[in-house]
Amino acid sequence: MNPGEPVMSARDNILARIRTALGRNEPLDAQQSADMRTKLRMHPRGPQPDMSWDLLERFRERCTILSTTVDEAVNLGEVPAAVARYLSERQLPVAGACWPEFGALPWSPAGLGIEARAVTGDDRLGITGTFCAVAETGTLMLLSGPDTHPATSLLPETHIAIVPVSRLVRSMEDGWDLLRREKERLPRQVAFVSGPSRTADIELTLVLGIHGPTRVHVVLVGD
Amino acid sequence: MELRARSFRQRAAESLANPHLRKALSNLRSRMVVGRVASVGELDNFEDIREAARQVRDNALEHLDFLLEEFERNASARGARVHWAETSEDMNRIVLEIARAAGVRKAIKSKSMLGEESGLNKYLQAGGVEVRETDLGEYIIEQSGDTPSHIIAPAIHRTKDEVADLFEQRHGRARKTDISELTREAREMLRPHFLTADMGITGANFLVAETGTTMIVTNEGNGRMSTTMPRVHVAIAGIEKVLPTLEDVSFILRLLTRSATAQSISNYLSFTTGPKQAGDTDGPEEFHIVIVDSGRTRVLGSELREALRCIRCGACMNHCPVYQNVGGHPYGWVYPGPIGSVLTPAYAGVENALDLPHAATMCNQCGVVCPVKIPLPDLMRKLRERQFERDLRPWSERTGLKLWAWAATRPAVYAALTRIAARVGRAMGGRDGAIRSLPGGAGAWTAQRDMPAPAGRTFRELYAARKRG
Repeated sequence: MNPGEPVMSARDNILARIRTALGRNEPLDAQQSADMRTKLRMHPRGPQPDMSWDLLERFRERCTILSTTVDEAVNLGEVPAAVARYLSERQLPVAGACWPEFGALPWSPAGLGIEARAVTGDDRLGITGTFCAVAETGTLMLLSGPDTHPATSLLPETHIAIVPVSRLVRSMEDGWDLLRREKERLPRQVAFVSGPSRTADIELTLVLGIHGPTRVHVVLVGD
Repeated sequence: MELRARSFRQRAAESLANPHLRKALSNLRSRMVVGRVASVGELDNFEDIREAARQVRDNALEHLDFLLEEFERNASARGARVHWAETSEDMNRIVLEIARAAGVRKAIKSKSMLGEESGLNKYLQAGGVEVRETDLGEYIIEQSGDTPSHIIAPAIHRTKDEVADLFEQRHGRARKTDISELTREAREMLRPHFLTADMGITGANFLVAETGTTMIVTNEGNGRMSTTMPRVHVAIAGIEKVLPTLEDVSFILRLLTRSATAQSISNYLSFTTGPKQAGDTDGPEEFHIVIVDSGRTRVLGSELREALRCIRCGACMNHCPVYQNVGGHPYGWVYPGPIGSVLTPAYAGVENALDLPHAATMCNQCGVVCPVKIPLPDLMRKLRERQFERDLRPWSERTGLKLWAWAATRPAVYAALTRIAARVGRAMGGRDGAIRSLPGGAGAWTAQRDMPAPAGRTFRELYAARKRG
């Protein structure tokens, strides 16, 4: 396809039809466009529901509703022991991959074989951090990036997320604000993950674990 | 998808006689209707959010050209290739050209209603590209050569036993009867496709103008897979899907997931901006977005514009007493239920879907639950009026309505006729006051129930008597 040929005219035709349908036959003028852009940059929020709950309590409660299990560790160094406890209680495989930032944690002393690398289709355990977590819904906000591989939270059956308590935000809107403060631009993908993958496509009966993980476990760190 | 909306009556009658379907649909009320109430109740200001969502959607439609151009500019700046398609045929052609140029042999697809509209899978397969649906419901539909009957739960018309038979036959494995085992088997069958496909095809729940982002909502994870694993990603989206900002999407999602599946949030919300970036280990090298008109500009300029607010939650069909009984197939195209009764004639022509605006009790359950306040019964009424004006209704109905209008605009005639009808009706009712069978065309009404007989005197007579007395 050559850009600039029939495809461009489809674009022009569609835009022209939209303008005719809207009864103005013209694009917005320079002033109107500038006003619209200013409005977009202000990121006005829709009406917010009541959020007068405690951040940590709400996050835990919503995780449980989503079938995400939650544990705690006093600091990052304690995370491998907490992970080992979770895996052994459920008799799950103890080997897998983690994001590079957690490569230096004492995994081996805890009896785990965790490597800092991208996952393959064969990995059964993926360990990630999170950009932040949304308390309103019990959701992880994951950004794609060279050191935050999206597949780690997607391909393995078990996804364990390390979530510093200091990274809890109230709402998705707060998550966007935090992203704009801390990053220059949006990553390729922002994934909001809320519990294990699920489907109800057979007789509207809920089943956990279809294409994404069957289990999501959160280890909260610090207070 | 082939349009079969002309045969609504016949197919609705077949549906009513199908015991498998009745069993499959019996879950709808308990799971979707009851669940939604609890889920919506979590929000103390649901109605405020709903009104704001209506305004934001209306405002986006009012500035559609600006927002689409803004979206295109911002998406292109991030390395996405934006294409425009006037018709669904053009869209199919563009997607196939992208696939061919990139040497794609296999594509995985996450559910897209626009893809259903255009018959994209068939088209790509005819063009030599293998396509695999990955949403469990769509996979069941694909494997059985069927068509979807619900926009959120495409295989809602299938029972567990039918799926068990299908999987046994198609997968050649021992028959499973447990729903979680059947789901597990689908996971195992589809996983290799995610890892080997060259192209991922998705729809878009929303496009974000400010950032050039496409976003999809899924529960299964197939949407994240389709946008992450293959080396080419194509997102197809109708022009009406654009919203100004990420904040707009975020607050509307509070309504969408609750209205659709009674969830406070769906499992995966994927916001995609551009292709793989420097240093990324995952993500497509090429990211294409196809923006599609396919009849939408015509609706935008019509009295049905409010239908373009639709965010595809399916609440209107879940709550519709007609849909609850006949399911989605009689509606004969991509969108069933009340929104289908409006969109099908709007896109395919009033004359090609004559029964649909009448497949309603006008109870307004759909209007009450619609998260963006589409006045569905009003829009169906407008379509009925267009049918009448264009002489598309049967002769008997048109003549009947004309006669009624003639009488109703002449008070003396109307009073005389109703006096006669009230007395005749009473006589027909006999001792128990129930008319067993009405004459002529009205007979269809009494074929399955009795008509309560009138008391013998009209309201006007009673009123006059009271005034005298």
